[in-house]
Amino acid sequence: MRRLSGFNVVSLTLGFTFLYLPMVILVIYSFNESKLVTVWAGFSTKWYGELMRNEAFLDAALVTLKVAVMTSTLATILGTCAAYVLVRIHRFPGRTLFAGMTYAPLVMPDVILGLSLLLLFIGIGLDRGVLTIVLAHTTFAMCYVSVVVTSRLVAFDESLEEAALDLGATQWETFRLITLPIIAPAVISGWLLSFTLSLDDLVIASFTAGPSSTTLPMKIFSAVRLGVSPEINALSTIMIALVTVGVITASLMSKSAAIRKAKDEKAAARA
Amino acid sequence: MTVSLSLSGITAHYGTTKVLEDLDLHVGEGELVSLLGSSGCGKTTTLRLVAGFLEPTTGSIKLGDRDLTRLPAHARNIGLVFQTYALFPHLTVRDNVAFGLKQRGIGGAERRKRADTMIDRVGLGDFADRYPANLSGGQRQRVALARALVIEPPLLMFDEPLSNLDAKLRVDMRVEIRRLQQANGTTAVYVTHDQEEAFSISDRVAIMNAGRIMQLDTPEVLYSRPANAFVADFVGFENMIPLRAVAEAGDAVRAEMPGGGVLTLPKEHFTVPSKEFILATRPEGLLVAPAGDGIPTTLGLRTYLGRAYQYQCDTPGGEIKANGPLAQPFESGTNAVLIPQPEQCCLLPA
Ligand SMILES: Nc1ncnc2c1ncn2[C@@H]1O[C@H](COP(=O)(O)OP(=O)(O)OP(=O)(O)O)[C@@H](O)[C@H]1O
Ligand SMILES: [Mg+2]
Repeated sequence: MRRLSGFNVVSLTLGFTFLYLPMVILVIYSFNESKLVTVWAGFSTKWYGELMRNEAFLDAALVTLKVAVMTSTLATILGTCAAYVLVRIHRFPGRTLFAGMTYAPLVMPDVILGLSLLLLFIGIGLDRGVLTIVLAHTTFAMCYVSVVVTSRLVAFDESLEEAALDLGATQWETFRLITLPIIAPAVISGWLLSFTLSLDDLVIASFTAGPSSTTLPMKIFSAVRLGVSPEINALSTIMIALVTVGVITASLMSKSAAIRKAKDEKAAARA
Repeated sequence: MTVSLSLSGITAHYGTTKVLEDLDLHVGEGELVSLLGSSGCGKTTTLRLVAGFLEPTTGSIKLGDRDLTRLPAHARNIGLVFQTYALFPHLTVRDNVAFGLKQRGIGGAERRKRADTMIDRVGLGDFADRYPANLSGGQRQRVALARALVIEPPLLMFDEPLSNLDAKLRVDMRVEIRRLQQANGTTAVYVTHDQEEAFSISDRVAIMNAGRIMQLDTPEVLYSRPANAFVADFVGFENMIPLRAVAEAGDAVRAEMPGGGVLTLPKEHFTVPSKEFILATRPEGLLVAPAGDGIPTTLGLRTYLGRAYQYQCDTPGGEIKANGPLAQPFESGTNAVLIPQPEQCCLLPA
């Protein structure tokens, strides 16, 4: 291994400072006694307590979670289906068109997507609320799922499915017992990706939310326009903590799988 | 239960490329037929058609009195050993082998017993709880074998099942496959491009080329009586001497080589198929003699084979190889004749 030279240390420090300094400041000030965000007046957890008593924030948090869970579940199902059909069925009328269209929302500006969905919901007379946000988020989140799952399916040896069919499994059983377990890591990361996408979307939610369905990003955004409060800092710190725990859990899970595999391989080498 | 397999008039395409053309193949009850041919000639495609992963453009497939042509793959009850093993990576060896039993609704204890028995049989008893990723190539191949055998299907198909094993294991395994197949009376199709393997375990062998069966016969007939120039070349008839029948001389036919030289072929031993024909032989089918009724030649390089000497012979029709007796070595540059040995020569239509 190469030793850490002075140059490496400096670039590492700069990089991480750039990435994490804003967040560190935010976390520190969430424990500030003072109401003024820029003046440090001692350590306190009172803003967390405040936050827990703030009905509006709690409601928004609940809405956001509901939307994120429903979105990621729906998007994962739809995105996986789309990926499966596009990869497995090599020839059907309009395949290229469909494949292209799946990716379109990835490059479409959020504003356009939000506006067009808003027009659609008004057009079909759907009342705006949690449901419309879920539908809107699913529209773009499923594209990401489809991209992630497609890349896994392309690397998938089709003869595995043929072997299952040959052994008497129907197409559905083959998908359930063979395909799905093997692509599961991609499906799960698709789910997590949609979850975070839905969690932090502001633009599309603003277009498609109704009066009783304000999401957390919308709430924070409107609160910040009246000035940054330590309460917002506390809220953001909680979100950072949640995301960090999630990411670490996911990486630990894949790491323990890797360790188990390495152990098996060593045993195989000895045998 | 023993059944026969019939493919009749099968044409198959991948997209617009024709891969099989008007293929007929009948495998009798309890018979093992090998498909032998070079890479890309359509062997795997033939198996995929029978397994139901590919639909033929024309023709029909029957197993016993069941018409398989339009039956979905999962309802065909055929055991297939894949060229690439196709083991399920997320299942242990035991669960891989038990998969087919589970699909057939065989209960837990019985399923495990049958799977373990089969795993022992292929010599993987200590590996039942391993995942395929942690097995060697040969071990994986044996899992694939066990998985196909354990469901005791009426038809077994093998796609180059032994190509990754070392020479000794390959011989052992092919004997084991043959033994199991005969013991259960299972009808089998075996794909390989190893001639020795095909000839050693098959009742009959189909030699394929570019999507067609060139000849389907017992190994003995293929080895000694190829029906056409392709098969002759395939089974090692290194000399292909073009001849033209010029005259009948009593009980013999006189034939001429293109570059000069005349050969008398007794009708008692040789049946001339057409005016233009090919005399196909292995080197041992031509006897090198100082004089006699044969192909005139100047002997070239001599090599020692242990059982005979082999000569590179310069003849009017081009260079050919012939064997001469050990007792009588000839020097390079000697003029001699090559006498066709009837039982080791074939006359093929040109
Ligand atoms: N999925 C496919 N799409 C298009 N062409 C294919 C496909 N699979 C095979 N082919 C073509 O069909 C022909 C026959 O292929 P097949 O796999 O049957 O050969 P094979 O005899 O099994 O060869 P090998 O000994 O290399 O396994 C080949 O020319 C191959 O390129
Ligand atoms: Mg093949």
